[in-house]
Amino acid sequence: MKNSLLSTLFLLLATHMSCAQENHPPLIETPTEVDYTYETIVDGIDIPWGLAFIAENDFLVTEKTGTLYRVIDGNKTAVNGLPELYVRGQGGLLDVALHPNFKENNTLYFTLGMHLEGEEEGGNTALYCAQINGTELSEVKMLYKAVPNTKKGQHWGSRIAFDQEGHLYFSVGDRGNRDENPQDITRDGGKIYRLNLDGSIPNDNPFVGNDAAKTAVFSYGHRNPQGMTVQPKTGQVWVNEHGPMGGDEINRIVGGKNFGWPVITYGINYSGTPITDITAKEGMEQPFYYWVPSIGPSGMTFSTSGVYKDWQDNLFVGSLKFEYLERLVIKRDKVVKREKVLDKIGRVRNVIEGPDGFLYVAVEGKGILKIVPKA
Amino acid sequence: MKYGFLLYVIIVEFLVMRFYQQKTLEQSMADGAEIYADFCVQCHLQTGAGVSGVFPPLNQSDYLFEDLDRSIRGVKYGLKGNIVVNDETYAGIMASQGLDDEEIADVMNYILNSWDNSSEIQISPERVANIVK
Repeated sequence: MKNSLLSTLFLLLATHMSCAQENHPPLIETPTEVDYTYETIVDGIDIPWGLAFIAENDFLVTEKTGTLYRVIDGNKTAVNGLPELYVRGQGGLLDVALHPNFKENNTLYFTLGMHLEGEEEGGNTALYCAQINGTELSEVKMLYKAVPNTKKGQHWGSRIAFDQEGHLYFSVGDRGNRDENPQDITRDGGKIYRLNLDGSIPNDNPFVGNDAAKTAVFSYGHRNPQGMTVQPKTGQVWVNEHGPMGGDEINRIVGGKNFGWPVITYGINYSGTPITDITAKEGMEQPFYYWVPSIGPSGMTFSTSGVYKDWQDNLFVGSLKFEYLERLVIKRDKVVKREKVLDKIGRVRNVIEGPDGFLYVAVEGKGILKIVPKA
Repeated sequence: MKYGFLLYVIIVEFLVMRFYQQKTLEQSMADGAEIYADFCVQCHLQTGAGVSGVFPPLNQSDYLFEDLDRSIRGVKYGLKGNIVVNDETYAGIMASQGLDDEEIADVMNYILNSWDNSSEIQISPERVANIVK
């Protein structure tokens, strides 16, 4: 009797655990026929990370180990004048983005791993701005640096995006310290930050007035956000973030909100042990969508242009793990379809929509690819 | 007299430890396990099995043991281009993780002596320091 009770309990537990890791619908589809192909715009960039267009056929690419390239008509030149960065683990030169008035001020922003002179060992994510002239940076200025430094290799973030009201957003991951950083608004890490374009902190940021808080923080409870884009119709910031095993998420960012990591998650440790037994809690936001199994999401953009048949308003996310670009169809606030684009192309680190309306994809070992409809 | 010899050994041992800072294999492996969990496990996995065709295995890997200096070089400076591991070709990129020489020695010792692997050679930080691109 006791034995059967135990085995029932065990069975229940096993069922519960397998439930937590069951594939989350809609299941990914592989189209049998495709009406697009791709062109390689530039190659010879090992780990292309950030991507920002200055004009058609003129864009910037960061290479993780510390080179910023300007690519004009497919020819790349290294840009001079970057600050000395700190490369360790997942950290290095990360995202790059243009000031909304770039045409007038030639200003760009970038995030990178940084160790400042006189600081404790290790590094953390920093946001910089600079002016670019040809392939020279000037007026290089640090706008924010997360503290404290750590020698941990994980979770630096980082992506940069802008809303339509003169704010800059950027992300910093939990820096391998999930127990202390993400849930504590007095600490850096595991946060989405919001700044004015000059680097100052907006007066209406959610934690302004709280003396202990990091007032640049806009939302918290994040793990490692490496995709960020603004929904073109609503102006809301959307983020994707790496979860533990089976807990990658898309989140729609609202100021002051707690996105739950590591108190709630749909994922488990990579060793197979649980992190928490709850996936929801009052006062914590549910993800807009979560991936089981994890796809390793990086980069995110909406296709707005209509240059591709049936892709308008779809969301595109790079998959590092399964080496494809994912297309998500959203209807009535729900993901209703997921499809592989460029299956087995390589680790997809980033995707953005160029000024010509085409999607440009950064693939490790391959460079920057442009998706073109077949004639 | 007997104790004098013992004392001599202890003092010499102490001085050697003090000045050469040579870790025991056990200590190096323990430190290496932490590095592994921080920098390597995402791709090469807890079991060292890797992912067939994407991330090469470290457990029972012919490539790893064939030329230890080459393996150290890969960790120190990164690795790209085709490599053949246990008859399978890998074409990915492993970026340099920014580890210092001691950390590389530790993680190598952990990898060389974990799962089904074992090695009679302990990698020292000096050996890592001498490896050039």
